[in-house]
Amino acid sequence: MDHAKEPLLEIRDLVVQFPSQSGWLTVVDHVSFSVGRNDIVCVVGESGSGKSVTMQAALGLVQPKGGRVTSGSVKFAGQELVGMPNRQLNRIRGNDVGFIFQEPMTSLNPAYTVGDQIAEVVRRHRGLSRRDAWKRAIEVLDRVHIASAASRAGDYPHQFSGGMRQRVMIAMAIACDPRLLIADEPTTALDVTIQARILQVLEELQRESGMSVLFITHDLGVVAEIARSVVVMYGAQVVENAPVDELFRSPRHPYTNGLLEAMPQVALDRGQAPVPIPGVVAQAHAWPQGCRFHPRCGFCEPSVCASAPVALIADDHGLVRCARSSDLRLALGQAATERSVSAA
Amino acid sequence: MTEPCLQVDDLHVKYDVGSTGFGRRRWLHAVNGVSLRIEPGETLGLVGESGSGKSTIGLAVLRLIEPFSGRVRLGGADVTGIPRSGVRSLRRRMQMVFQDPYSSLNPSMTIEQLLQEPLQIHTDLSRGDRQAKVAQILEAVGLHAGYAVRYPHEFSGGQRQRVAIARAMIIRPELVVLDEPVSALDVSTQSQILNLLKAIQDQSGSAFLLVAHDLAVVRLMSPRVAVMYLGEIVEEGPSGRVYDNPGHPYSAALISAIPFPDPVRQRASGRLILRGELPSLLDPPSGCRFRTRCPFAMDICAAEAPPRVPIEGGGVAACHLHAHGPRLAGGSVRSLLTARVLS
Repeated sequence: MDHAKEPLLEIRDLVVQFPSQSGWLTVVDHVSFSVGRNDIVCVVGESGSGKSVTMQAALGLVQPKGGRVTSGSVKFAGQELVGMPNRQLNRIRGNDVGFIFQEPMTSLNPAYTVGDQIAEVVRRHRGLSRRDAWKRAIEVLDRVHIASAASRAGDYPHQFSGGMRQRVMIAMAIACDPRLLIADEPTTALDVTIQARILQVLEELQRESGMSVLFITHDLGVVAEIARSVVVMYGAQVVENAPVDELFRSPRHPYTNGLLEAMPQVALDRGQAPVPIPGVVAQAHAWPQGCRFHPRCGFCEPSVCASAPVALIADDHGLVRCARSSDLRLALGQAATERSVSAA
Repeated sequence: MTEPCLQVDDLHVKYDVGSTGFGRRRWLHAVNGVSLRIEPGETLGLVGESGSGKSTIGLAVLRLIEPFSGRVRLGGADVTGIPRSGVRSLRRRMQMVFQDPYSSLNPSMTIEQLLQEPLQIHTDLSRGDRQAKVAQILEAVGLHAGYAVRYPHEFSGGQRQRVAIARAMIIRPELVVLDEPVSALDVSTQSQILNLLKAIQDQSGSAFLLVAHDLAVVRLMSPRVAVMYLGEIVEEGPSGRVYDNPGHPYSAALISAIPFPDPVRQRASGRLILRGELPSLLDPPSGCRFRTRCPFAMDICAAEAPPRVPIEGGGVAACHLHAHGPRLAGGSVRSLLTARVLS
């Protein structure tokens, strides 16, 4: 069944729409990317880029919210998830695919101990006895470095700090040894020192278990820390997809480059003021014609960028959706070279 | 010497969190003896994590909450000593910009009304003069004059934050407290707002107290920084020095926790990752409050509160490492990080 070469998760031409006063809005527009085995892929984008909805659609979670998947395919280990009945999806979600959300407090039930909640997941998916499930709960709490896991398993969510709750969520997500872990902004609500610890725990778990991780974030710093390959989204589309070192060494899309130049850390490194991306993030009710980033792009050539849709094309480093990518290679590359020189 | 714009001396803020059940009140000591000073037109960055008390200081300075003890002076005027009724006149001289521009602007008022309100309260300008001021400030924050008739919900987060800044700056206050002014915004718009704040400060000459969790943002915006942990300032000094050569292990951990957007460089740099949890403010650790999470904690750290030691390159740090153990004697904590590989 499984073919080692085939990606673990493969999203192809996925289109997701949500209703609005002015009809259906396309919030994920022909998104394609894949997650290999033993891989860590980061999807990076700002609010409204479609990064979270892509993940929710992949797990069959947009229909309950009123959305619809109008076309495309999501294959997990060769199985098609789009259109799969909920009963079957439930067997995959939480079992083969674990997930973690941004706000750990709303994802945990305040009325049950964390041990009970983890044990419940294992009992349902793995059919373990109560005693074995409880043992497994303690084991996974220990693996995410909750001190004295055996006694803490009997505590309620409110007795844990924000960072610990997020580690409890990770423990719950990995309790069934998933092959894929999907994490949607798992560190965004946390302090930086706590975030550093969570990322360390996630990396360690990935290394030990060989599971794949799909990590959704808006922070390029976090991407640089954890990703092996990166999918950049803007305006419901993938605009760039490349291995992590390539993406940071020589970003191909002006948006990726702009995000880097806007970061305070990068500006500090260069001893300059940060260079903001002008304008505001594109919105689903009024996607710009042509390249969706063109109204904000410093490299825009209106005759090329502002009319026809731009395709995602392959170059020697990855995929990029920019009508001027071959002309811009030098300009963007130079900015990146300056960055690595000053970083050295 | 000229009068500082803001001087805070030995500020304590306590929250009453109910009784122990034996008739004794329990106090959460959110700010524990903080002193700081900002010169006219200067920016001081106040960094720390949630629960450090940094936002509480901002609120206490404006008397949006009542300090338990200590003194706050604004350009020589006593903020803490006057009755509550007198505070309003001082608010003409100090303003605040909050983190979340979605909840800090009244949704039922137009931009024009929002911007006129501070002028109506604090000045006796004529209607025409007020309108001229509104047009002026809209231009200064980079918003189209035609936006004046619109409502907050018609704007993006970044644009709303521009309105919030305009509202604070329109009466040209001497001091503005900026509480996490960019952390609720999209990455691509954050630096728009940071650059705007700098430009508008150059024009107005206002002093800023910038409260933020992101040391990179603070270093970019302010020449001086104070680092807070559990209600106390553990280090302060020139931002560049604190960032490059921290004198306190907590500052070092905070800096090393900021992920740098360069994978090659990240793999090369060792990180100082803190273990354990933030202790409760109801029952803070004895001696040095950071000792329970400090990788260099010694016996003395539990026994005695650390002295404030001058650090090479300017500023002070409150840490026993400078006089005991490795005896950094005012040097950088970085020397310990390279000497000892930390996971």
